[in-house]
Amino acid sequence: MSEQEPPLYTTHEERGAKFTPFGGWAMPVEFDSIRTEHEAVRESAGIFDVSHMGEIEVSGPDAATLLQGLTTNDVESLSVGRAQYSTITNEEGVILDDTVIYRLAEEEFLFIPNAGHDGEMEERWVEHRAEWDLDCAVENRTDEWAMFAIQGPDAAALVSKAAGEGLRDLSRFSITRAEVAGTECLFARTGYTGEDGYEALVPWDGAEGVWEEFDCQPCGLGARDTLRIEAGFLLSGQDFHSEENPRNPYEARVGFTVDLDTEFVGRDALARVDENGPEELFVGIRLEERGIPRQCYEIRADGEPVGEVTSGTMSPTLGEPIGLGYVPTDYAEEGTEVAVRIRGTDKRARIEAPGFLGDR
Amino acid sequence: MSFEVPEDLYYLASHEWIDPETGRVGISEFAQDELGDVVFVELPNEGEDLTQEEEFGVVESIKAVSDLYSPASGTVTAVNEALFDRPELVNDDPFGEGWMLELDVADDLDGVLSAAEYREQIE
Repeated sequence: MSEQEPPLYTTHEERGAKFTPFGGWAMPVEFDSIRTEHEAVRESAGIFDVSHMGEIEVSGPDAATLLQGLTTNDVESLSVGRAQYSTITNEEGVILDDTVIYRLAEEEFLFIPNAGHDGEMEERWVEHRAEWDLDCAVENRTDEWAMFAIQGPDAAALVSKAAGEGLRDLSRFSITRAEVAGTECLFARTGYTGEDGYEALVPWDGAEGVWEEFDCQPCGLGARDTLRIEAGFLLSGQDFHSEENPRNPYEARVGFTVDLDTEFVGRDALARVDENGPEELFVGIRLEERGIPRQCYEIRADGEPVGEVTSGTMSPTLGEPIGLGYVPTDYAEEGTEVAVRIRGTDKRARIEAPGFLGDR
Repeated sequence: MSFEVPEDLYYLASHEWIDPETGRVGISEFAQDELGDVVFVELPNEGEDLTQEEEFGVVESIKAVSDLYSPASGTVTAVNEALFDRPELVNDDPFGEGWMLELDVADDLDGVLSAAEYREQIE
């Protein structure tokens, strides 16, 4: 299958980027070095091309009702100009995808499925609109919107310089329109790095001009991954997958996205999990011996396998090997001694909360 | 981008090099560039016997894990312990300070690529 290229593919290629296939897209994985890019975001700022993320617009009189029925959070409570993190679950309460929903107007929403999920989500929305006999439009705009993330302690200064001083005070999880290089964009105070920052939705045609307005380190998906692992953020398809690693929001520690006072697909199953408590929990793991925990490595306790690492790396910020994964709740308490089996040897490790940088 | 391929070394298709004079082994500049930031190296102990193309260790970058293969049969006479604390030497100086081990080579060096043959493979 040929991969879709983001609008700035050639620009990135000329800049020396290495590419990786991701969710059906060929995306830059590294421009200079993952370490350099990672440090830029933690210490100053970096810009990521995340045009592989999906964009689906839902508008019309019943737009809020459709989103309410298909996502776990309370969409009705979302004010215009605000954003909400949410999950999309099936009847069993298993996460199909996680997403951010933006309310652009009273009857106009935009939500961001993960790379490669936009088609499936569009289909799900269209099917349920028909089933529930709702009046709204569902438009998949993935090929029309580029998306950039400008992240790091200097992001507010960079974005306000490029898009107007008003952007400096945009509150977290808010979205507004702003013009950059003659292109009208949407800027949201959201991100996936654990730093302050913005995500910009940019019409495909204006992508190049907007990208060039940001004089900071270009970053690839490699640094995005190390940054989000340090922050303990889930990666769709890896830290949860509806078939290969089915997880509900409580297990994945995103139970805060579930509002059981609303009616949505998967609500009853999740109410049962809420009542009984999840059997397993998403945890952070810090290795105490040399080695790196990687996806699919066994997590062991008392000499027995108890879980698997879902993501892992050498943390560039901490200089220590860290990972994420699931263990039975009995082993999920912080400080619990476990082991990660690396090439046949058990390496000592300790359970932590999934945000490795704490309140830094 | 063109990579340094020293003429006096021999290579495996899997990107390890060996110096026929000293028996020193490492990975090529091309390989370290492909890997990106090297953050961990696992090497054998001194005195271990290796056979040609046998796995002798692992090099891990932030993004990937790669096995290391021995370019020759022989006995390990030294390992570069500096890499345990400073694995980035593999990136900074792959043919110098980033060496990995030294072998007392058992036989003649057959089954390896010349610099010209290896250059052809990576270009």
